[in-house]
Amino acid sequence: MVFKLEPRAVSSRVMIYQSPIIAVFLTLLAGMVMFRLMGTDPLQALEAFFIEPISTMDGIAELLVKAAPLILIAIGLSIGFQANVWNIGAEGQLTIGALFGGSLALVFYELETPFLIPAMLLAGTFGGMVWAAIPALLKTRFNTNEILTSLMLTYVALLILSYLIHGPLRDPDGFNFPESRLFHNSALMPVLVEGTRLHIGILIALGVAIFAWLFIFKHMIGFQIRVVGLAPAAASFAGFKQKKLIWLALVISGGTAGLAGVIEVAGPIGQIVPVISPGYGFTAIIVAFLGRLHPIGVIFSGLLMALTYLGGDSAQITMNLPNAVTGVFQGMLLFFLLASDVLIRYRIKIR
Amino acid sequence: MVLTPRLELIGITKRYPGVQANNNISLKVMPGEIHALLGENGAGKSTLVKCIYGVQKADSGTLIWEGKKTQVTSPNIARRLGIGMVFQHFSLFDAMTVEENIVLGVSNKLAKAGIKEKITEISSRYGLPLDPQRYVQTLSVGERQRIEVVRCLLQNPSLLIMDEPTSVLTPQETESLFKTLNQLSKDGVSILYISHKLHEIKELCHTATILRMGNLVDTCNPKNETPRSLAEKMMGKSLEKPTRIKNSPFGKPQILLNNLSYKANQSYGTDLKNISLEVRGGEILGIAGVAGNGQRELMKVLSGEELSNPPESIVVSEKNVGNTGPNDRRSLGMVFVPEERLGHGAVPQMGLSENAFLSGFTRMKLANYGFLRKIETDIYASNIITNYDVKTSGIRSLAASLSGGNLQKFIFGREIIQNPNIVIAMQPTWGVDAGSAAYIRQSLIDLAEQGAAVLVISQDLEELYEIVDTICVIYEGKLSSPKQLEDISTEEVGMLMGGVIINSQEDNPLNGI
Repeated sequence: MVFKLEPRAVSSRVMIYQSPIIAVFLTLLAGMVMFRLMGTDPLQALEAFFIEPISTMDGIAELLVKAAPLILIAIGLSIGFQANVWNIGAEGQLTIGALFGGSLALVFYELETPFLIPAMLLAGTFGGMVWAAIPALLKTRFNTNEILTSLMLTYVALLILSYLIHGPLRDPDGFNFPESRLFHNSALMPVLVEGTRLHIGILIALGVAIFAWLFIFKHMIGFQIRVVGLAPAAASFAGFKQKKLIWLALVISGGTAGLAGVIEVAGPIGQIVPVISPGYGFTAIIVAFLGRLHPIGVIFSGLLMALTYLGGDSAQITMNLPNAVTGVFQGMLLFFLLASDVLIRYRIKIR
Repeated sequence: MVLTPRLELIGITKRYPGVQANNNISLKVMPGEIHALLGENGAGKSTLVKCIYGVQKADSGTLIWEGKKTQVTSPNIARRLGIGMVFQHFSLFDAMTVEENIVLGVSNKLAKAGIKEKITEISSRYGLPLDPQRYVQTLSVGERQRIEVVRCLLQNPSLLIMDEPTSVLTPQETESLFKTLNQLSKDGVSILYISHKLHEIKELCHTATILRMGNLVDTCNPKNETPRSLAEKMMGKSLEKPTRIKNSPFGKPQILLNNLSYKANQSYGTDLKNISLEVRGGEILGIAGVAGNGQRELMKVLSGEELSNPPESIVVSEKNVGNTGPNDRRSLGMVFVPEERLGHGAVPQMGLSENAFLSGFTRMKLANYGFLRKIETDIYASNIITNYDVKTSGIRSLAASLSGGNLQKFIFGREIIQNPNIVIAMQPTWGVDAGSAAYIRQSLIDLAEQGAAVLVISQDLEELYEIVDTICVIYEGKLSSPKQLEDISTEEVGMLMGGVIINSQEDNPLNGI
C-alpha cells in the first residue's frame, strides 16, 4: 500500500475549515506521546494541561483575560496577512502601545475621572499605529521588506521599554526596582466579575472582531485589502491604490496590537513592568492562521491558544512538568496546521 | 519497400485530475515528414508532445521509435534518441551572449571548443543568421527563437518538435522559418509542428493530425483541405464568421491621444514615444505588433493603471484624463479588458459575483457609503452569466474554475453590460477556444455598431483583419499612422511590425489620418 499526494482539480473548501481541527487532534496525539516519553501518564497530563485550568470560574476568567490580547492582535494581523502585508512585529507595537497608554496613567496619576481609561485605550492604539507606521513608510518609500523591519523594531521597542522603566517611568518610591507605580483605580480596566481578574478587555476584543468582520466582508476597503492580497495586478486594474492599502494594513494591525498592550498594563498587570507580554505578539501569528484569517475563527483559536498558556502553568504546578511545554504545544499546533493545509490543495491517494 | 516510421504512437492515454488530456491517440511520423498537430487550446496537443519528449508519462500506450518499442522517461533520453524540441517560451538568459546560451543548453560533449564553428555552419546551412557574440537582450523575438532552433539542431535531431513557433513572429520571420523547416525536411528530419493557425499548416505541412478535447478526430492531408474545413474539424461544429451589417460613417472622436509619451518603470519595459491617435464612435481600431513593443505599457496608460503626463495627452469626452485613475475613466464611459484574464482582469480565488464587483462598482453603482450592495452585485453577476452564455455552476464559482473561453466571456460581459462608449481590449481572444473567440469578436463588432469606439491591441493579425476598420502598428513604442484596412497590404503591415518601414508619426508628421 502506497500513499501518494495527488493535486486536487479545485481547492477543497471543506478542508480549509477541517484542517485546523485535524491539526488540533494531531497536536493532542503528539502531546500524549511526548508526555509518555517524559514518563508521566499522558491522559492525566492532558487533563492537567487542558481541562483542569478551566474547571473553575476563576480558571475561565483567566482564560478570557489571556484570550483578549491574543484575539485583538490576531484580528489586526489577519487583516494585514490578507493584504499580503506580513507584520511580524506585533510584540513591539504592543509594547509601544502599553507605553503610550501606561504613561498617560502615570501622568494623570490619582486623577479620578471615567475618561482616563478611554483616553488610555486611544493612546495605546495610537502608539501601536505609530510603531507600525515606520515599516509602512519604509516599505512604501524604499521598498523594504516589512517582515524584517517590523521584527527588528520589536527589539527597539523592548529596549525603549527597558530604558523608560529604569529611568523616567520608574516608581519614585519603589526602592529602585525597574517598575512603574501601580496604576490608581480610574486607570485600571473595569472588572466584569467580582473576585476574578476578568475585565472588559474580552468584550472589547469581541466588539473589534465583529467590527472587523463587517469591515473585511461588507465594506469596500476590506474588499480592496482582499483583492490586493490575492491578485495585486487585479487591484490596480480595479483602481485600488496599493500603497494606501499597505499603510492601512500595517496601521490597523499596529493599532490592535497597541490596544492589546494598554489593555494588559491597565488590566491584569496594573503597572508598567519590564516584561509586559509573554510573547502574545508572536503567538497571535499562530492564532491568526489557526483562525483562517477570519475574525470569528480567530475568536476560537484565540481561546484555544490562551488555554495553552494556562495549561503550561497548571502542568507545572500539578505535574511538575517544565513550563516550556506551552511553547512546545504552540509550536506543534502551527506545525501540524501547516502540514494539514497541504490537504486543501492535495488529496491522499492510496494505491 | 515500406519505410519504417520515425515515430509511431499507439493508443496514448493521459488523464489529469478532472481532465482527459489524451484519449487513445495514435499517429505516425515518417522520415522527412512535416506533421501538423492541430487543435484548439486545451485539445491535448501539448500533453501529447510532453509525453513524446519525456516531460510527462502517459498512463497507457506505446511509443515506437524507428521500429523499436521505447520508453521515453526523461527529456535527456529523448535527446539521446534524437528528439529535439523548441518550446513556445524560450529559456534564454538575457544578460548572456548567443554562444554562452547555446553552450549552456547542450551536452558536455558538444560544448567543447569548436562549437562556434558548428553554430556558424548550422546557421548558414539552414538560413538562420546569428551572431554568436551578441547579447540576447539586444535580439528580437525571432532571433531568440533561432537560438533555440540552432541549439536543437546542434544535437543532430531526427525529429524536431516545434510548439506554436510562429505565435510571436512577424509574417516575414514566419516565412524565413518555413524555409528552414523545408530545408530540414529535405535533409530527412521529421518535424512535429504544433499550431492552431490553419493557413500555416496548409502551406507547410504534409500531414495533419487533428485533436479535439483529447480525442483524435482525423488525420488528413492539409493540402486537400480548406482552412475552413480544418477549422470545422478542429472545433467539431460549423464556424460562424463575425459579420458587420452596416458601415455607417463614424461619429465624433471618443478618445484622443495627443503626443502621448511614457517612460516604462520596469527594466526591459518599452517606452512609449509620441503616440497620437483618435478613435471615433462606431470605429474599431486595431493596433498590431510583435509582443514586447510597448503594448503592455500602452494598455496600462490607457486604463489609468499608470498615469501619463501631461494630463491632456489622453482626452476622453473633452476631459483631460492622463493623470486620473481607472475609476475616473470608467465614470466617463471607458471599459478595459486586459490581456491576462486570471490575476489581472479577474481575481482567481474570488467568486464571480465578487469579480463582477471588481470593475463594475463604479458604473453599476454597487457600493453604498462604501458598503457592498450584495444583492445588486449578485443580480449583475447573474445577468452577465445568462446574457453572455458563461458556462459555470453559479455566481459563487471561483474565477479560476472557469475555462479560458468562459472566463473571457464573463469579463467581456461584465464590461459590456456597463454600457460603455469606449472599449479598450488587449489580446481579446488569446488562448480562447474558437467558439468563444467568434462570440467575443462578434460582440466587439456589435458594440461598434451601437456607436462605441473600440480599440483592440492584438498580436493576432488574422483576428485584426476579421474585425477592425482601421489598423496601425506599434514598433518599439512608436505607432505607425492609422490606415483603413483596404488601404494597406498584409506585407506592409508585416514590414511595419518588423520595423523595416519606419513610418512613425514622429518621423513623418504629415502622415495624418
